[in-house]
Amino acid sequence: MAEQLITYREAIARGIAQEMRRDDSVYLIGEDVAAAGGVFKGTKGLLDEFGPSRVRDTPISEEAILGAAMGAAMTGLKPIAEIMFSDFLATCWDLVAVEIPKTRYMTDGQFTVPLVIRTANGAGLRFGAQHSQAVENWAMMIPGLKVVAPSNPKDLIGLMAAAVRDPDPVIFFESKQLYPTKGLVPDGEIVDELGTAAVLREGTDVTIVALANMVPKAVEAAEVLAQRGISAELIDLRCLVPLDTATVLASVKKTSRLVTVEENPRLCGWGAEVVSIVAEEAIWHIDGPLTRVTTPHLPLPSADNLEDAVLPSVQRIVDACVKAVH
Amino acid sequence: MTTTDTHTDLTTDVANPTVSTEVRLALYRQVVRIRRFEERAYKLFMQGLVKGTSHLSLGMEAVAAGFAVAQRADDYTFCTYRGHAHTLARGTPMPGVMGELLGRATGVCGGKGGSMHLTSAEHGVMGSYAIIGAHLVIANGAAWSSKERNSGQVTVCFFGDGATNIGAFHEALNFAKIWELPIVFVCENNLWMEYTSIHDVTAVEHPAADRAAAYGLDSIIVDGNDPEAVYDVARRAVDRARAGAGPSLVEAKTYRHGGHSRADPGDYRPQEEVDTWLARDPMPNYRQRLVDLGVEESALVAIEDDAMTDVDAATEDAKAAPAPDSQAAFTNVWADGGYSWRNS
Ligand SMILES: Cc1ncc(C[n+]2csc(CCOP(=O)(O)OP(=O)(O)O)c2C)c(N)n1
Repeated sequence: MAEQLITYREAIARGIAQEMRRDDSVYLIGEDVAAAGGVFKGTKGLLDEFGPSRVRDTPISEEAILGAAMGAAMTGLKPIAEIMFSDFLATCWDLVAVEIPKTRYMTDGQFTVPLVIRTANGAGLRFGAQHSQAVENWAMMIPGLKVVAPSNPKDLIGLMAAAVRDPDPVIFFESKQLYPTKGLVPDGEIVDELGTAAVLREGTDVTIVALANMVPKAVEAAEVLAQRGISAELIDLRCLVPLDTATVLASVKKTSRLVTVEENPRLCGWGAEVVSIVAEEAIWHIDGPLTRVTTPHLPLPSADNLEDAVLPSVQRIVDACVKAVH
Repeated sequence: MTTTDTHTDLTTDVANPTVSTEVRLALYRQVVRIRRFEERAYKLFMQGLVKGTSHLSLGMEAVAAGFAVAQRADDYTFCTYRGHAHTLARGTPMPGVMGELLGRATGVCGGKGGSMHLTSAEHGVMGSYAIIGAHLVIANGAAWSSKERNSGQVTVCFFGDGATNIGAFHEALNFAKIWELPIVFVCENNLWMEYTSIHDVTAVEHPAADRAAAYGLDSIIVDGNDPEAVYDVARRAVDRARAGAGPSLVEAKTYRHGGHSRADPGDYRPQEEVDTWLARDPMPNYRQRLVDLGVEESALVAIEDDAMTDVDAATEDAKAAPAPDSQAAFTNVWADGGYSWRNS
């Protein structure tokens, strides 16, 4: 099958277009998503193909955006709503945490809310503390939300399709740092499955579990470790809810060591959940400290060297793995 | 400062020749059924049978009645936690509503919603929202969807005066107008938030109507204690929305007879204000008007008797109904029916 090398940014429009062609009830709304093609240019071309009623700009009204998506999802549409930066989820947190995920339960299944919230997540572009947060942990802790964070263009398209087709609300975290990165994508329709982690590299000494923009760093780290004679198994989690605990547990039972790599600030990041599951259910297979690589518990600075100093680096991942193994 | 209502545009006691006797009886039926149901709910609350909390709209029934009679069966209604009246008015059967208040398996939400979250998708009752103002933006979504589907459905969204100072109110109105959505926003201005007068915390006299112009909407104030006046305004706003002419914002001036919730006696309100509004109680006043208009008293008595019979039956039904199976607590987080967030 033919393949194409495309950017993560281009994969967004391709994934959305694939679903909009298939299903007339899929709509895209958000600030600057139509004529402008998105502030990160992820939605370029969609207005031309699908027209101004299905690809629609909104005012700067995050509650109104998610409210419209929710009400529409309850009544037959499948909206994809963009929140420009994930930091801004805080301005519509009532919708994210209290309205959208609770409705199905409170009404005992009378309503289901099939929508996708897309948002640009994470640091690396020197935007400072209010446009750089990695907040997938905010979403993961809410019962009723599914949480996706792809690390490459092919996964992005397949998981976007899975998210749009899913009957439950999905928050789809796109990594800002990954927008210009490229990957090979096969021609034709791509449909993936939520809740399935990918084993990117097999190994025997340590399991590294990473997500989104931490994945390329973990890939590099695994190569460095290999040169030092340490065989790392690398898991790209891809999705936090549902969580593919089977793949993680099987891997740590084989390697007997675990390092998680996340961009969240230290407290209550998803790595803590993964570590706790392993501690509770596979502790007898473990031979070294269960270790988390995270951003320290601080807001993010802007200057190049300051931001680099706090984000997880290849070196920190290597060091954590060496420590876990010895 | 607390002000009593001094507006001259309230239209009590003006007989409207365009309203048929059939509609008048439908309005009266709604008012009486809601009144009797809520009186019973209060009693059951005091007996410890209604759990949690409950917010009654005793005295405010005409607003729910007027809009429900003006709506089409497949239209949408969004309520607040003070939503018994609107839920019943759309035709949700009483046993399901009473069952929900008593936490029974027969409740409309199977006991997972309670008084504050009544929902009946089948009757267009799209949920009762307990976060002030949240549902205005959600109601927009239902209206947007019906517009895209060309279904001709109109969304009616009720909220209190307190909600007009929430950001979502302002986001919702602007959004509804720029997308010309088929929606009617209805502020039930009962002059009080929980325990604070709306006038003490609002920059304008009419919290909804005075802000309408900011969103390109007309300023509409209606006597919320007059079922016919409400019906008239509702019909015009609903027709307008259905015809594709966009949203409306209606401020219905009304008053709750009791306190904010549960056993709150509401004694922070001046007695003179309470007395003024009790004298404008929609139930006896509308009854008298119907009699004056020549409606047979026997028809009114039949409506009253029916309402009582239904409330008694719903009460007995709910009392006799089983509690939900405790396993139900673990269902319906996800569309697959379950709550599991992991695969092993
Ligand atoms: C966002 C939010 N803030 C505060 C509350 C607590 N609260 C519940 S009801 C209420 C008063 C609301 O008054 P109003 O909107 O006038 O409605 P009414 O109770 O008169 O129907 C308050 C403050 C809430 N539920 N949601």
